[in-house]
Amino acid sequence: MKKSPSLTKKRLVKDDISFYLFMAPFMLAFFLFTVIPIVSSMVLSFFDYDMVSTPIFVGFENYIRMFTADDLFFTVLANSLSFGILVGPGGYLLAFLLAWMINEFPRVIRVFLTFIFYVPSLVGNALYIFQIMFSGDSYAYINNLLISFGFITEPIQWFQNPEYNFVLIVAIQLWSSMGVSFLANIAGLQNVNTELYEAGAIDGIRTRWHELWYITMPSMKTILLFSAVMQIQTAFSMGALQTTLAGYPSVNNSLDTLVQYIGDIGTTRYEMGYAAALSVFLFAIIIIFRYLIGGLLNLIGKSDR
Amino acid sequence: MAKGSQYRKFTRTTAGNIGYFTILILFGLFTVFPLFYCIITSLKPLDELLIFPPRFWVARPTFDNYKVLPALLSNLEIPLSRYVFNSLFIAIATTIVSIIAGSMAAFTFSKSKIKGAKFSFTLITTMMLYNHATLGVPQYLIFSTMGIIDTYWVYILPAIPSTVNCFLMKQFMDASVNDSLLEAARIDGAGVGGMYWKIVMPIMKPAIMTVLLFSFQAMWSVVPGGTIFSEELKTLPYVMSSVAAGGIARSGSSMAITVILMLPPILVFVVTQSNVLETMGSSGIKE
Repeated sequence: MKKSPSLTKKRLVKDDISFYLFMAPFMLAFFLFTVIPIVSSMVLSFFDYDMVSTPIFVGFENYIRMFTADDLFFTVLANSLSFGILVGPGGYLLAFLLAWMINEFPRVIRVFLTFIFYVPSLVGNALYIFQIMFSGDSYAYINNLLISFGFITEPIQWFQNPEYNFVLIVAIQLWSSMGVSFLANIAGLQNVNTELYEAGAIDGIRTRWHELWYITMPSMKTILLFSAVMQIQTAFSMGALQTTLAGYPSVNNSLDTLVQYIGDIGTTRYEMGYAAALSVFLFAIIIIFRYLIGGLLNLIGKSDR
Repeated sequence: MAKGSQYRKFTRTTAGNIGYFTILILFGLFTVFPLFYCIITSLKPLDELLIFPPRFWVARPTFDNYKVLPALLSNLEIPLSRYVFNSLFIAIATTIVSIIAGSMAAFTFSKSKIKGAKFSFTLITTMMLYNHATLGVPQYLIFSTMGIIDTYWVYILPAIPSTVNCFLMKQFMDASVNDSLLEAARIDGAGVGGMYWKIVMPIMKPAIMTVLLFSFQAMWSVVPGGTIFSEELKTLPYVMSSVAAGGIARSGSSMAITVILMLPPILVFVVTQSNVLETMGSSGIKE
Protein backbone atom coordinates (compact mmCIF):
# COMPACT_ATOMS: atom_id res chain seq x y z
CA MET A 1 0.00 0.00 0.00
CA LYS A 2 1.39 3.37 -1.02
CA LYS A 3 0.43 6.46 0.86
CA SER A 4 1.14 9.97 -0.26
CA PRO A 5 3.28 11.59 2.46
CA SER A 6 1.43 14.91 2.33
CA LEU A 7 -1.91 13.20 2.91
CA THR A 8 -0.55 11.28 5.90
CA LYS A 9 0.83 14.44 7.38
CA LYS A 10 -2.41 16.29 6.88
CA ARG A 11 -4.26 13.47 8.54
CA LEU A 12 -1.90 13.49 11.49
CA VAL A 13 -2.49 17.19 12.01
CA LYS A 14 -6.21 16.58 11.79
CA ASP A 15 -5.83 13.77 14.35
CA ASP A 16 -3.98 16.09 16.68
CA ILE A 17 -6.76 18.63 16.52
CA SER A 18 -9.32 15.91 17.19
CA PHE A 19 -7.33 14.74 20.20
CA TYR A 20 -7.29 18.25 21.64
CA LEU A 21 -11.04 18.41 21.18
CA PHE A 22 -11.33 15.02 22.85
CA MET A 23 -9.65 16.06 26.04
CA ALA A 24 -11.22 19.52 26.02
CA PRO A 25 -14.48 18.83 27.92
CA PHE A 26 -12.75 17.00 30.77
CA MET A 27 -9.84 19.41 31.00
CA LEU A 28 -12.14 22.42 30.89
CA ALA A 29 -14.15 21.13 33.83
CA PHE A 30 -10.95 20.05 35.57
CA PHE A 31 -9.45 23.52 35.30
CA LEU A 32 -12.65 25.28 36.23
CA PHE A 33 -13.55 23.24 39.31
CA THR A 34 -10.23 21.87 40.53
CA VAL A 35 -7.15 23.67 39.21
CA ILE A 36 -8.43 27.25 39.39
CA PRO A 37 -9.84 26.83 42.92
CA ILE A 38 -6.53 25.31 44.06
CA VAL A 39 -4.39 27.98 42.42
CA SER A 40 -6.61 30.74 43.77
CA SER A 41 -6.33 29.19 47.24
CA MET A 42 -2.57 29.31 46.93
CA VAL A 43 -2.64 32.95 45.87
CA LEU A 44 -5.26 33.88 48.44
CA SER A 45 -3.15 32.39 51.22
CA PHE A 46 -0.91 35.47 50.96
CA PHE A 47 -3.81 37.89 51.34
CA ASP A 48 -6.17 39.14 53.94
CA TYR A 49 -9.63 38.80 52.41
CA ASP A 50 -13.13 38.81 53.92
CA MET A 51 -15.09 38.43 50.65
CA VAL A 52 -16.30 42.03 50.86
CA SER A 53 -13.39 44.45 50.96
CA THR A 54 -10.44 44.40 48.57
CA PRO A 55 -7.85 41.71 49.37
CA ILE A 56 -4.74 43.08 51.10
CA PHE A 57 -1.37 41.46 50.45
CA VAL A 58 0.08 40.28 53.76
CA GLY A 59 2.98 38.04 52.68
CA PHE A 60 3.51 35.05 54.93
CA GLU A 61 1.43 36.48 57.76
CA ASN A 62 -1.30 33.83 57.47
CA TYR A 63 1.29 31.09 57.73
CA ILE A 64 3.00 32.78 60.65
CA ARG A 65 -0.32 33.19 62.42
CA MET A 66 -0.92 29.45 62.15
CA PHE A 67 2.14 28.62 64.21
CA THR A 68 2.32 31.58 66.55
CA ALA A 69 -1.12 33.00 67.23
CA ASP A 70 -3.61 30.16 66.91
CA ASP A 71 -3.85 27.63 69.72
CA LEU A 72 -6.78 25.88 68.14
CA PHE A 73 -4.66 25.17 65.08
CA PHE A 74 -2.41 22.81 67.04
CA THR A 75 -5.40 20.98 68.47
CA VAL A 76 -7.00 20.37 65.08
CA LEU A 77 -3.64 19.58 63.50
CA ALA A 78 -2.98 16.95 66.16
CA ASN A 79 -6.45 15.50 65.57
CA SER A 80 -5.95 15.46 61.80
CA LEU A 81 -2.60 13.74 62.15
CA SER A 82 -3.90 11.15 64.63
CA PHE A 83 -6.90 10.34 62.46
CA GLY A 84 -4.73 10.51 59.36
CA ILE A 85 -2.15 8.06 60.64
CA LEU A 86 -4.62 5.59 62.14
CA VAL A 87 -6.97 5.63 59.18
CA GLY A 88 -4.38 6.31 56.45
CA PRO A 89 -1.39 3.99 56.96
CA GLY A 90 -3.44 1.93 59.45
CA GLY A 91 -6.37 1.43 57.10
CA TYR A 92 -3.95 0.86 54.26
CA LEU A 93 -2.22 -2.02 56.03
CA LEU A 94 -5.59 -3.45 56.98
CA ALA A 95 -6.83 -3.21 53.39
CA PHE A 96 -3.75 -5.06 52.19
CA LEU A 97 -3.80 -7.64 54.96
CA LEU A 98 -7.46 -8.51 54.39
CA ALA A 99 -7.02 -8.66 50.63
CA TRP A 100 -4.02 -10.96 51.07
CA MET A 101 -5.89 -13.18 53.49
CA ILE A 102 -8.93 -13.69 51.31
CA ASN A 103 -6.82 -14.11 48.18
CA GLU A 104 -6.25 -17.82 48.84
CA PHE A 105 -9.90 -18.76 49.00
CA PRO A 106 -11.70 -20.35 46.05
CA ARG A 107 -13.33 -17.82 43.76
CA VAL A 108 -16.89 -17.93 45.12
CA ILE A 109 -15.83 -17.45 48.74
CA ARG A 110 -13.37 -14.75 47.72
CA VAL A 111 -16.02 -12.79 45.85
CA PHE A 112 -18.40 -13.14 48.77
CA LEU A 113 -15.84 -11.90 51.31
CA THR A 114 -14.86 -9.03 49.00
CA PHE A 115 -18.49 -8.04 48.90
CA ILE A 116 -18.88 -8.21 52.69
CA PHE A 117 -15.81 -6.06 53.40
CA TYR A 118 -16.56 -3.60 50.61
CA VAL A 119 -20.24 -2.95 51.37
CA PRO A 120 -19.70 -0.42 54.19
CA SER A 121 -17.69 1.87 51.93
CA LEU A 122 -20.30 1.40 49.22
CA VAL A 123 -23.17 2.75 51.28
CA GLY A 124 -22.54 6.42 51.86
CA ASN A 125 -25.43 7.02 54.23
CA ALA A 126 -24.57 4.36 56.76
CA LEU A 127 -23.59 7.00 59.33
CA TYR A 128 -27.14 7.03 60.59
CA ILE A 129 -26.71 3.45 61.75
CA PHE A 130 -24.11 4.61 64.24
CA GLN A 131 -26.03 7.70 65.17
CA ILE A 132 -28.89 5.50 66.28
CA MET A 133 -26.86 2.63 67.68
CA PHE A 134 -24.71 4.92 69.83
CA SER A 135 -27.34 7.53 70.56
CA GLY A 136 -27.08 9.06 74.05
CA ASP A 137 -30.61 7.91 74.96
CA SER A 138 -30.80 5.11 77.52
CA TYR A 139 -33.09 3.18 75.15
CA ALA A 140 -30.51 3.35 72.38
CA TYR A 141 -29.00 0.00 71.53
CA ILE A 142 -25.53 0.18 73.06
CA ASN A 143 -26.51 2.14 76.17
CA ASN A 144 -29.51 -0.12 76.72
CA LEU A 145 -27.29 -3.19 76.40
CA LEU A 146 -24.68 -1.89 78.83
CA ILE A 147 -27.28 -0.72 81.36
CA SER A 148 -29.18 -4.02 81.16
CA PHE A 149 -26.09 -6.00 81.97
CA GLY A 150 -25.04 -3.63 84.72
CA PHE A 151 -21.86 -2.26 83.15
CA ILE A 152 -23.09 1.31 83.47
CA THR A 153 -25.90 3.00 85.34
CA GLU A 154 -26.19 6.23 83.37
CA PRO A 155 -26.41 6.39 79.57
CA ILE A 156 -23.18 7.52 77.92
CA GLN A 157 -23.11 10.38 75.41
CA TRP A 158 -20.79 8.43 73.15
CA PHE A 159 -19.88 11.12 70.65
CA GLN A 160 -19.72 13.90 73.24
CA ASN A 161 -17.46 12.07 75.67
CA PRO A 162 -13.77 12.69 74.90
CA GLU A 163 -12.95 9.39 76.58
CA TYR A 164 -14.66 7.32 73.90
CA ASN A 165 -15.45 9.47 70.91
CA PHE A 166 -12.03 9.40 69.25
CA VAL A 167 -11.75 5.61 69.23
CA LEU A 168 -15.33 5.33 68.07
CA ILE A 169 -14.80 7.68 65.12
CA VAL A 170 -11.62 5.82 64.10
CA ALA A 171 -13.49 2.51 64.27
CA ILE A 172 -16.39 3.82 62.18
CA GLN A 173 -14.03 5.30 59.61
CA LEU A 174 -12.05 2.04 59.38
CA TRP A 175 -15.33 0.17 59.07
CA SER A 176 -16.07 2.07 55.87
CA SER A 177 -12.45 2.24 54.66
CA MET A 178 -12.19 -1.00 52.70
CA GLY A 179 -12.94 0.86 49.49
CA VAL A 180 -11.12 1.47 46.25
CA SER A 181 -7.70 0.60 47.69
CA PHE A 182 -9.01 -2.71 49.04
CA LEU A 183 -10.42 -3.63 45.61
CA ALA A 184 -7.15 -2.60 43.94
CA ASN A 185 -5.21 -4.85 46.30
CA ILE A 186 -7.46 -7.82 45.60
CA ALA A 187 -7.12 -7.34 41.86
CA GLY A 188 -3.36 -6.83 42.19
CA LEU A 189 -2.92 -10.03 44.18
CA GLN A 190 -4.95 -11.98 41.64
CA ASN A 191 -2.76 -10.72 38.82
CA VAL A 192 0.59 -11.77 40.28
CA ASN A 193 2.14 -14.16 37.78
CA THR A 194 2.00 -17.65 39.32
CA GLU A 195 5.21 -18.65 37.57
CA LEU A 196 7.00 -16.23 39.86
CA TYR A 197 5.84 -18.23 42.86
CA GLU A 198 7.06 -21.47 41.30
CA ALA A 199 10.39 -19.91 40.41
CA GLY A 200 10.64 -18.51 43.95
CA ALA A 201 10.07 -21.93 45.48
CA ILE A 202 12.93 -23.31 43.38
CA ASP A 203 15.14 -20.38 44.38
CA GLY A 204 14.75 -21.30 48.01
CA ILE A 205 11.80 -19.31 49.34
CA ARG A 206 10.49 -21.41 52.19
CA THR A 207 7.92 -19.38 54.14
CA ARG A 208 4.85 -17.45 53.09
CA TRP A 209 6.26 -14.31 54.69
CA HIS A 210 9.31 -14.47 52.46
CA GLU A 211 7.06 -15.16 49.52
CA LEU A 212 4.96 -12.10 50.40
CA TRP A 213 8.00 -9.85 50.79
CA TYR A 214 10.19 -11.05 47.93
CA ILE A 215 7.60 -12.00 45.29
CA THR A 216 4.04 -10.83 45.91
CA MET A 217 4.65 -7.29 47.10
CA PRO A 218 7.37 -6.37 44.58
CA SER A 219 5.22 -7.52 41.68
CA MET A 220 2.30 -5.35 42.74
CA LYS A 221 4.28 -2.30 43.82
CA THR A 222 2.44 0.07 41.48
CA ILE A 223 -0.92 -1.06 42.84
CA LEU A 224 0.34 -0.62 46.39
CA LEU A 225 1.20 2.97 45.54
CA PHE A 226 -2.20 3.61 44.00
CA SER A 227 -3.99 2.21 47.00
CA ALA A 228 -1.76 4.26 49.32
CA VAL A 229 -2.74 7.41 47.44
CA MET A 230 -6.43 6.56 47.77
CA GLN A 231 -6.19 5.72 51.46
CA ILE A 232 -4.16 8.80 52.39
CA GLN A 233 -6.56 11.07 50.54
CA THR A 234 -9.54 9.54 52.37
CA ALA A 235 -7.83 9.68 55.75
CA PHE A 236 -6.93 13.35 55.55
CA SER A 237 -10.36 14.30 54.16
CA MET A 238 -12.06 13.19 57.35
CA GLY A 239 -14.41 15.76 58.80
CA ALA A 240 -17.93 15.13 57.52
CA LEU A 241 -18.19 12.04 59.72
CA GLN A 242 -17.32 14.03 62.84
CA THR A 243 -19.68 16.87 61.95
CA THR A 244 -22.59 14.48 61.44
CA LEU A 245 -22.07 12.36 64.53
CA ALA A 246 -20.60 14.78 67.05
CA GLY A 247 -21.33 18.22 65.62
CA TYR A 248 -18.86 21.05 65.09
CA PRO A 249 -17.17 22.09 67.28
CA SER A 250 -17.06 18.83 69.21
CA VAL A 251 -16.66 18.81 72.99
CA ASN A 252 -13.24 20.32 73.84
CA ASN A 253 -12.50 20.17 70.10
CA SER A 254 -11.66 16.54 70.79
CA LEU A 255 -12.56 15.40 67.26
CA ASP A 256 -12.26 18.50 65.10
CA THR A 257 -9.97 18.16 62.09
CA LEU A 258 -8.23 20.66 59.84
CA VAL A 259 -10.88 20.07 57.16
CA GLN A 260 -13.66 21.12 59.52
CA TYR A 261 -11.61 24.00 60.88
CA ILE A 262 -10.92 25.30 57.36
CA GLY A 263 -14.63 25.16 56.62
CA ASP A 264 -15.38 27.07 59.80
CA ILE A 265 -12.77 29.78 59.21
CA GLY A 266 -13.81 30.17 55.58
CA THR A 267 -17.58 29.93 55.53
CA THR A 268 -18.60 31.23 58.93
CA ARG A 269 -15.81 33.66 59.79
CA TYR A 270 -15.04 34.75 56.23
CA GLU A 271 -11.29 34.79 56.83
CA MET A 272 -10.61 33.57 53.32
CA GLY A 273 -6.88 34.20 53.30
CA TYR A 274 -6.30 32.27 56.50
CA ALA A 275 -8.57 29.42 55.39
CA ALA A 276 -6.63 29.23 52.12
CA ALA A 277 -3.29 29.12 53.95
CA LEU A 278 -4.59 26.28 56.12
CA SER A 279 -5.74 24.30 53.10
CA VAL A 280 -2.38 24.76 51.39
CA PHE A 281 -0.73 23.51 54.58
CA LEU A 282 -3.04 20.47 54.64
CA PHE A 283 -2.18 19.65 51.04
CA ALA A 284 1.51 19.85 51.93
CA ILE A 285 0.99 17.32 54.72
CA ILE A 286 -0.81 14.95 52.32
CA ILE A 287 2.00 15.26 49.76
CA ILE A 288 4.61 14.51 52.44
CA PHE A 289 2.77 11.36 53.49
CA ARG A 290 2.37 10.25 49.90
CA TYR A 291 6.09 10.50 49.17
CA LEU A 292 6.96 8.98 52.53
CA ILE A 293 4.92 5.91 51.64
CA GLY A 294 6.27 5.95 48.09
CA GLY A 295 9.77 5.88 49.59
CA LEU A 296 8.89 3.05 51.96
CA LEU A 297 7.41 1.06 49.08
CA ASN A 298 10.78 1.24 47.35
CA LEU A 299 12.23 -0.81 50.20
CA ILE A 300 9.91 -3.71 49.37
CA GLY A 301 11.68 -6.88 48.37
CA LYS A 302 15.05 -5.58 49.49
CA SER A 303 16.93 -8.17 51.46
CA ASP A 304 17.22 -7.47 55.18
CA ARG A 305 20.62 -9.16 55.31
CA MET B 1 -7.83 -13.16 35.22
CA ALA B 2 -4.71 -14.90 36.44
CA LYS B 3 -5.21 -18.13 38.30
CA GLY B 4 -3.87 -17.12 41.69
CA SER B 5 -5.13 -20.18 43.46
CA GLN B 6 -3.59 -22.80 41.18
CA TYR B 7 -0.09 -23.00 42.53
CA ARG B 8 1.21 -25.08 45.42
CA LYS B 9 0.79 -23.32 48.74
CA PHE B 10 2.97 -23.22 51.79
CA THR B 11 1.38 -24.90 54.75
CA ARG B 12 0.55 -22.91 57.83
CA THR B 13 1.20 -23.89 61.40
CA THR B 14 -1.81 -24.59 63.61
CA ALA B 15 -1.22 -21.33 65.45
CA GLY B 16 -1.04 -19.57 62.11
CA ASN B 17 -4.35 -21.07 61.08
CA ILE B 18 -6.00 -20.02 64.33
CA GLY B 19 -4.69 -16.47 63.95
CA TYR B 20 -5.73 -16.34 60.31
CA PHE B 21 -9.32 -17.35 60.88
CA THR B 22 -9.63 -15.31 64.08
CA ILE B 23 -8.69 -12.11 62.26
CA LEU B 24 -11.00 -12.86 59.34
CA ILE B 25 -13.94 -13.77 61.54
CA LEU B 26 -13.45 -10.82 63.88
CA PHE B 27 -13.22 -8.33 61.06
CA GLY B 28 -16.13 -10.02 59.32
CA LEU B 29 -18.30 -9.60 62.42
CA PHE B 30 -17.13 -6.03 62.83
CA THR B 31 -18.18 -5.32 59.24
CA VAL B 32 -21.48 -7.17 59.25
CA PHE B 33 -22.81 -6.26 62.68
CA PRO B 34 -23.82 -2.63 61.97
CA LEU B 35 -25.50 -3.64 58.71
CA PHE B 36 -27.28 -6.51 60.43
CA TYR B 37 -28.36 -4.18 63.23
CA CYS B 38 -29.71 -1.74 60.64
CA ILE B 39 -31.82 -4.34 58.85
CA ILE B 40 -33.11 -5.95 62.06
CA THR B 41 -34.02 -2.57 63.57
CA SER B 42 -35.92 -1.60 60.45
CA LEU B 43 -38.09 -4.70 60.90
CA LYS B 44 -38.84 -4.21 64.61
CA PRO B 45 -42.26 -3.08 65.85
CA LEU B 46 -42.16 -0.16 68.28
CA ASP B 47 -42.48 -2.22 71.47
CA GLU B 48 -39.48 -4.32 70.49
CA LEU B 49 -37.41 -1.18 69.94
CA LEU B 50 -38.03 -0.08 73.51
CA ILE B 51 -37.42 -3.19 75.57
CA PHE B 52 -34.83 -3.89 78.25
CA PRO B 53 -32.49 -5.61 77.47
CA PRO B 54 -32.36 -5.01 73.72
CA ARG B 55 -32.42 -8.02 71.41
CA PHE B 56 -30.20 -9.04 68.54
CA TRP B 57 -33.08 -10.51 66.65
CA VAL B 58 -36.64 -9.52 65.89
CA ALA B 59 -39.47 -11.61 67.35
CA ARG B 60 -42.33 -10.29 65.22
CA PRO B 61 -40.85 -8.78 62.05
CA THR B 62 -43.00 -6.16 60.41
CA PHE B 63 -42.76 -3.79 57.47
CA ASP B 64 -44.57 -1.06 59.41
CA ASN B 65 -41.43 1.09 59.60
CA TYR B 66 -41.33 1.09 55.80
CA LYS B 67 -45.08 1.60 55.40
CA VAL B 68 -45.17 4.71 57.58
CA LEU B 69 -42.38 6.42 55.62
CA PRO B 70 -44.66 8.14 53.09
CA ALA B 71 -46.92 9.38 55.90
CA LEU B 72 -43.92 10.44 57.98
CA LEU B 73 -42.58 12.43 55.07
CA SER B 74 -45.93 13.78 53.86
CA ASN B 75 -45.65 17.04 55.78
CA LEU B 76 -42.62 17.99 53.72
CA GLU B 77 -42.92 21.10 51.59
CA ILE B 78 -42.60 19.04 48.43
CA PRO B 79 -43.56 15.42 47.72
CA LEU B 80 -41.10 12.66 48.55
CA SER B 81 -41.07 11.57 44.92
CA ARG B 82 -39.29 14.79 44.00
CA TYR B 83 -36.36 13.95 46.30
CA VAL B 84 -36.21 10.46 44.83
CA PHE B 85 -36.22 11.93 41.33
CA ASN B 86 -33.48 14.44 42.23
CA SER B 87 -31.18 11.79 43.66
CA LEU B 88 -31.69 9.46 40.70
CA PHE B 89 -31.39 12.24 38.14
CA ILE B 90 -28.19 13.63 39.67
CA ALA B 91 -26.59 10.19 40.03
CA ILE B 92 -27.46 9.04 36.50
CA ALA B 93 -26.74 12.30 34.68
CA THR B 94 -23.38 12.76 36.39
CA THR B 95 -22.40 9.16 35.75
CA ILE B 96 -23.16 9.38 32.03
CA VAL B 97 -21.44 12.72 31.52
CA SER B 98 -18.34 11.76 33.49
CA ILE B 99 -17.98 8.46 31.63
CA ILE B 100 -18.10 10.25 28.26
CA ALA B 101 -15.84 13.17 29.16
CA GLY B 102 -13.46 10.99 31.19
CA SER B 103 -13.04 8.27 28.59
CA MET B 104 -12.44 10.79 25.81
CA ALA B 105 -9.72 12.47 27.85
CA ALA B 106 -8.28 9.08 28.88
CA PHE B 107 -8.08 8.11 25.19
CA THR B 108 -6.04 11.22 24.48
CA PHE B 109 -3.73 10.63 27.45
CA SER B 110 -3.22 7.00 26.57
CA LYS B 111 -2.84 7.02 22.80
CA SER B 112 -1.90 10.45 21.49
CA LYS B 113 1.42 12.22 21.50
CA ILE B 114 0.03 15.75 21.40
CA LYS B 115 1.76 18.47 23.39
CA GLY B 116 0.33 18.94 26.85
CA ALA B 117 -1.27 15.52 27.14
CA LYS B 118 1.48 14.10 29.32
CA PHE B 119 1.59 17.16 31.53
CA SER B 120 -2.19 17.16 31.93
CA PHE B 121 -2.16 13.54 33.00
CA THR B 122 0.60 14.14 35.54
CA LEU B 123 -1.45 17.00 36.93
CA ILE B 124 -4.50 14.75 37.20
CA THR B 125 -2.51 12.05 38.99
CA THR B 126 -1.19 14.59 41.48
CA MET B 127 -4.63 16.04 42.09
CA MET B 128 -5.96 12.62 43.10
CA LEU B 129 -4.38 13.55 46.42
CA TYR B 130 -6.00 16.94 46.75
CA ASN B 131 -8.61 17.40 49.36
CA HIS B 132 -11.71 18.67 47.62
CA ALA B 133 -13.48 19.29 50.89
CA THR B 134 -11.38 22.44 51.30
CA LEU B 135 -12.25 23.90 47.91
CA GLY B 136 -15.73 25.02 48.94
CA VAL B 137 -15.19 28.76 48.88
CA PRO B 138 -13.26 29.14 45.60
CA GLN B 139 -15.74 26.78 43.96
CA TYR B 140 -18.61 28.84 45.31
CA LEU B 141 -17.12 31.95 43.71
CA ILE B 142 -16.83 30.15 40.37
CA PHE B 143 -20.41 28.87 40.59
CA SER B 144 -21.72 32.33 41.33
CA THR B 145 -19.71 33.85 38.47
CA MET B 146 -21.23 31.24 36.17
CA GLY B 147 -24.67 32.00 37.62
CA ILE B 148 -25.44 28.37 38.42
CA ILE B 149 -25.97 28.65 42.18
CA ASP B 150 -29.12 26.81 43.20
CA THR B 151 -29.40 24.70 40.04
CA TYR B 152 -28.73 21.03 39.29
CA TRP B 153 -25.46 22.11 37.67
CA VAL B 154 -23.68 22.61 40.98
CA TYR B 155 -24.11 18.92 41.68
CA ILE B 156 -23.16 17.71 38.22
CA LEU B 157 -20.44 19.98 36.84
CA PRO B 158 -17.79 19.66 39.58
CA ALA B 159 -18.23 15.88 39.58
CA ILE B 160 -17.30 15.56 35.90
CA PRO B 161 -13.53 15.96 36.28
CA SER B 162 -13.15 13.00 38.64
CA THR B 163 -9.39 12.48 38.66
CA VAL B 164 -9.57 8.91 39.93
CA ASN B 165 -12.07 7.84 37.30
CA CYS B 166 -10.05 9.36 34.47
CA PHE B 167 -6.88 7.80 35.88
CA LEU B 168 -8.45 4.33 36.06
CA MET B 169 -9.75 4.54 32.49
CA LYS B 170 -6.36 5.71 31.19
CA GLN B 171 -4.45 2.93 32.96
CA PHE B 172 -6.92 0.35 31.70
CA MET B 173 -6.56 1.66 28.17
CA ASP B 174 -2.76 1.47 28.40
CA ALA B 175 -3.02 -2.16 29.43
CA SER B 176 -5.85 -3.36 27.20
CA VAL B 177 -6.07 -1.37 23.98
CA ASN B 178 -3.40 -2.56 21.60
CA ASP B 179 -1.79 0.15 19.46
CA SER B 180 -1.72 -2.13 16.41
CA LEU B 181 -5.52 -2.26 16.45
CA LEU B 182 -5.62 1.52 16.27
CA GLU B 183 -3.00 1.55 13.49
CA ALA B 184 -5.09 -0.88 11.48
CA ALA B 185 -8.18 1.25 11.93
CA ARG B 186 -6.27 4.34 10.92
CA ILE B 187 -5.10 2.67 7.69
CA ASP B 188 -8.72 1.79 6.99
CA GLY B 189 -9.45 5.50 7.15
CA ALA B 190 -10.86 5.86 10.66
CA GLY B 191 -10.34 9.22 12.38
CA VAL B 192 -9.93 9.80 16.10
CA GLY B 193 -13.68 9.66 16.64
CA GLY B 194 -13.98 6.42 14.71
CA MET B 195 -11.15 4.77 16.63
CA TYR B 196 -12.63 5.89 19.92
CA TRP B 197 -16.11 4.66 19.18
CA LYS B 198 -15.47 1.48 17.20
CA ILE B 199 -12.26 0.17 18.78
CA VAL B 200 -11.61 1.72 22.17
CA MET B 201 -15.07 1.85 23.69
CA PRO B 202 -15.95 -1.84 23.19
CA ILE B 203 -12.68 -2.89 24.85
CA MET B 204 -13.21 -0.36 27.64
CA LYS B 205 -16.39 -1.96 28.94
CA PRO B 206 -14.90 -3.15 32.27
CA ALA B 207 -13.40 0.28 33.02
CA ILE B 208 -16.66 1.98 32.10
CA MET B 209 -18.61 -0.29 34.43
CA THR B 210 -16.12 0.58 37.17
CA VAL B 211 -16.53 4.31 36.68
CA LEU B 212 -20.27 3.74 36.59
CA LEU B 213 -20.11 2.15 40.02
CA PHE B 214 -17.82 4.77 41.61
CA SER B 215 -19.68 7.69 40.12
CA PHE B 216 -23.15 6.39 40.92
CA GLN B 217 -22.13 5.49 44.44
CA ALA B 218 -20.66 8.94 45.11
CA MET B 219 -23.53 10.89 43.60
CA TRP B 220 -26.32 8.79 45.10
CA SER B 221 -25.23 9.79 48.58
CA VAL B 222 -24.70 13.46 47.76
CA VAL B 223 -26.19 15.94 50.21
CA PRO B 224 -26.78 19.56 49.19
CA GLY B 225 -24.13 21.96 50.46
CA GLY B 226 -24.18 25.73 50.69
CA THR B 227 -24.92 26.13 47.00
CA ILE B 228 -28.47 24.72 47.01
CA PHE B 229 -31.30 26.61 48.66
CA SER B 230 -34.47 25.48 46.89
CA GLU B 231 -36.19 22.61 48.61
CA GLU B 232 -37.18 21.13 45.25
CA LEU B 233 -33.50 20.64 44.35
CA LYS B 234 -32.53 18.72 47.49
CA THR B 235 -31.74 15.03 47.56
CA LEU B 236 -33.02 11.91 49.27
CA PRO B 237 -30.14 11.56 51.76
CA TYR B 238 -31.00 15.08 52.90
CA VAL B 239 -34.54 14.01 53.79
CA MET B 240 -33.08 11.21 55.88
CA SER B 241 -31.71 13.61 58.41
CA SER B 242 -35.21 14.89 59.14
CA VAL B 243 -36.38 11.35 59.88
CA ALA B 244 -33.31 10.54 61.94
CA ALA B 245 -33.90 13.69 64.00
CA GLY B 246 -37.09 12.09 65.32
CA GLY B 247 -35.25 10.35 68.15
CA ILE B 248 -35.32 6.80 69.38
CA ALA B 249 -39.00 6.17 68.67
CA ARG B 250 -38.27 6.83 65.01
CA SER B 251 -35.19 4.62 64.92
CA GLY B 252 -37.12 1.87 63.10
CA SER B 253 -38.07 4.27 60.31
CA SER B 254 -34.59 5.77 60.18
CA MET B 255 -33.14 2.35 59.63
CA ALA B 256 -35.84 1.55 57.07
CA ILE B 257 -34.89 4.58 54.97
CA THR B 258 -31.21 3.71 55.42
CA VAL B 259 -31.88 0.22 54.05
CA ILE B 260 -33.69 1.74 51.08
CA LEU B 261 -30.80 4.12 50.42
CA MET B 262 -28.26 1.30 50.65
CA LEU B 263 -29.89 -0.90 48.05
CA PRO B 264 -29.18 0.95 44.76
CA PRO B 265 -25.36 1.13 45.16
CA ILE B 266 -25.25 -2.49 46.34
CA LEU B 267 -27.24 -3.56 43.29
CA VAL B 268 -24.90 -1.63 41.00
CA PHE B 269 -21.90 -3.29 42.66
CA VAL B 270 -23.36 -6.78 42.28
CA VAL B 271 -23.87 -6.14 38.56
CA THR B 272 -20.45 -4.54 37.95
CA GLN B 273 -18.35 -6.54 40.42
CA SER B 274 -16.26 -8.70 38.05
CA ASN B 275 -15.62 -5.73 35.74
CA VAL B 276 -14.47 -3.63 38.66
CA LEU B 277 -11.89 -6.16 39.81
CA GLU B 278 -10.62 -6.56 36.26
CA THR B 279 -10.17 -2.79 35.96
CA MET B 280 -8.48 -2.38 39.32
CA GLY B 281 -5.86 -4.89 38.16
CA SER B 282 -4.35 -2.20 35.93
CA SER B 283 -4.67 0.65 38.43
CA GLY B 284 -1.00 0.85 39.47
CA ILE B 285 0.91 4.14 39.65
CA LYS B 286 4.31 3.94 38.01
CA GLU B 287 7.05 6.21 39.33
